[in-house]
Amino acid sequence: MSSDDLQILGLTLRTAAAATLLIVPPGLAVAWLLARKRWPGKSLIETLVALPLVMPPVATGLILLELFGRRGAIGSVLPFDVVFTWRAVVLAMMVMSFPLLVRAARVAFEEVDARLEQIARTLGARDARVFVTITLPLAARGILSGVLLAFARAIGEFGATILVAGNIPGRTTTLSLAIYNHVQLGRDADAFRLLGIAVVIAFLAVWTTEAFLRRRV
Amino acid sequence: MMARVLLVLLLTASLQAAEVRVMAAASLTDALQEIARGYEKTSRDRIVFSFGASNILARQIAAGAPADLFLSADERSTDRVATTTRVSVLSNQLVIVVPRGAKLRPLTSMSAIALAEPSSVPAGIYAREWLQKRGLWNAVRAKIVPTENVRGALAAVAAGNADAAIVYRTDARISNKVRVAETITDGPRISYPFALLRDAEQPQAARRFLAHLRSDAARAIFVRYGFDVLR
Repeated sequence: MSSDDLQILGLTLRTAAAATLLIVPPGLAVAWLLARKRWPGKSLIETLVALPLVMPPVATGLILLELFGRRGAIGSVLPFDVVFTWRAVVLAMMVMSFPLLVRAARVAFEEVDARLEQIARTLGARDARVFVTITLPLAARGILSGVLLAFARAIGEFGATILVAGNIPGRTTTLSLAIYNHVQLGRDADAFRLLGIAVVIAFLAVWTTEAFLRRRV
Repeated sequence: MMARVLLVLLLTASLQAAEVRVMAAASLTDALQEIARGYEKTSRDRIVFSFGASNILARQIAAGAPADLFLSADERSTDRVATTTRVSVLSNQLVIVVPRGAKLRPLTSMSAIALAEPSSVPAGIYAREWLQKRGLWNAVRAKIVPTENVRGALAAVAAGNADAAIVYRTDARISNKVRVAETITDGPRISYPFALLRDAEQPQAARRFLAHLRSDAARAIFVRYGFDVLR
């Protein structure tokens, strides 16, 4: 690996990790609300959350560009630039990974026997305590696999990233963008080296996810 | 007899109505589309465009992408593909654009300057060569936002996401969201070679369209979009 490769890998892993950590709290909250509660507008939120999964990533990128651009509704009130910076890389990854995490966590919450939670409540535990001591541990496997899946998706993000973060070597060029650059410029050997790195990361992510799912709690 | 006449008619019809596949520099997009619209009214040939950065198009052609004509924004990209006819038809000029309404500032005080990718895309290479000549390259290097092609740089400024971009004069003209802050008069010589590709599948039809591109009608359109027509 060259020093450029290391920089690209470092940036990709750091931004993907940041994106994953940032979506875990809201992701679990939304997943739990979808799995356990009935509320008005639930199906609307359910659909909205799944949208980035089915929309063309470039279309999602365009929405983010409009919202977070210097003149965008959100970008114009923020005290710092988002587009064409590493923040935009994290943003694109968060939006694209969020549905995967929510889906996995929701299924995990739904599989927790609601009677166990009720028993805890009858014994005097409050909702927060029930969640931390009963629901979360029982759903942990599914949630962890969702987190890994979200992380892997973040690493592979391309379409939304290139629109909202650009493709700036050393600053916003992630693994996927770097592979694209190398192929466009005919540097096939460099592209294949990064491809190898991508395959290793993907293999580890899937393998670890499967391991979590197989393990008995 | 009847069948034979029909067959001949069918054959001549299929010979006449050819599809010319044209790979062309992104900066030519609007002018070429207008020229082709006029051309298709009088010719039976259809013109199918693929626009992009010339260096990327050259790679696609070299990799076997089907194309009859290659209209590049630099000589270097055309050098990389096999051609049978090649003639430099147009020239252009670089300009610095800023978002409409933005104040003029020196490039070195800006935080984001959009350029077509400066190591490979023609517009980016021309811009880099000029920045190097002016001794500004090292000062602005870290602020450069490279884009896929020259129109990407224009779009970044039009959206207000970049403080400035170096694009062609012709690009600046098609957007009313940008304003030319400086016309670069000491930039590198820009030339657009138009080439008939060796592996063209419709060489006759391609030649016809190539001839049309050098006609007075096409010349007038190129000039209106701001190109300089050579010869």
